Amino acid sequence: MIDRTQFWIVVVVLGVATYLIRFSFLGLLGNRALPGWLLRCLRYTAVAVLPALVAPAVMWPTATNGQPDAARLLAAAVTVVVGLVTRQMMFAAVAGIGTLLGLQFLL
Amino acid sequence: MSASRESYLRGVRAAVPFAVVIVPFGMLFGLLASEAGLQLFEIMAFSFSVFAGASQFAALHLLQDHAPLLVIITTALAVNLRMLMYSVTLAPHLGASPLGIRAVMAYFLVDQSFALSVAEFEGRPDLTLPEKIAYFFGAVTPVAPLWFGSTVAGAVAGSAIPPEYALDFAVPITFLAMTAPMIRSWPHAVAAGLSVALTLALAFLPYGTGLLVGSAIGMAAGAGFEYWREKAAL
Repeated sequence: MIDRTQFWIVVVVLGVATYLIRFSFLGLLGNRALPGWLLRCLRYTAVAVLPALVAPAVMWPTATNGQPDAARLLAAAVTVVVGLVTRQMMFAAVAGIGTLLGLQFLL
Repeated sequence: MSASRESYLRGVRAAVPFAVVIVPFGMLFGLLASEAGLQLFEIMAFSFSVFAGASQFAALHLLQDHAPLLVIITTALAVNLRMLMYSVTLAPHLGASPLGIRAVMAYFLVDQSFALSVAEFEGRPDLTLPEKIAYFFGAVTPVAPLWFGSTVAGAVAGSAIPPEYALDFAVPITFLAMTAPMIRSWPHAVAAGLSVALTLALAFLPYGTGLLVGSAIGMAAGAGFEYWREKAAL
């Protein structure tokens, strides 16, 4: 069960902070240049955070009580490969889910 | 038809195909949020307040795991930091518009409106400011209602689906599907790979902190590798 106090703090703080990130240069700082190293880091935030966020759930799924599961590992691998090759999020997601459902049906 | 109106409609037309991604993504968020026990009004408040899908998934995931508040907010904000780059990139094009308009634009600055606007402004350097503003709002016109609508649809559908059908693996698949197309170069691959490896290796740390350390190092490694490659190319 999600703690409601925590939930509402997250909704408000995350909402306001995300808005301020969006507003920052467009709204206040105008054409001021950011240091090159900072821009360089910003390019890699999403690509570093998003896969790491789900990596533990791929390796140790709750549904199998934390035991590595061949079907899920393979589905994750197919998702990544199809995403890298086609550059289309939808193709990757459909291929991954299809692999998981197909393997669970077969095994 | 005025030039601004034409720009606006061009933006709308360019953004319509994103429905294919936004609708299932939004529905999945609504579905998982409702299975996590959130009420419809709470899910709507979440989507209206944050309006950034990936960080909403991240926050929801960590809220369910009872991660510390600071970890939840830091992680979700790290996912949204890319928008600082969007804001920097669009400022030279749209910074001269009235403050009120910029304040509204900031709320609607999402992946799709950013990507389409940058491509349009760079492809047509002779656009006037009103035309650029019109294009930006055109590009977000299909996106925002689709996102809000599909999260609500997912939430309503979710309350009708018994929890045993929960797609436990839908979120990992979605995040991997979202990230893989972003890996456009070796530095991106290094950032993603190192971040994943370190987060797994540090999984024994109290919840969420391994992720923060791992992804910070991964990010720095990607940036450092890019810097080194540029130096080496000179």
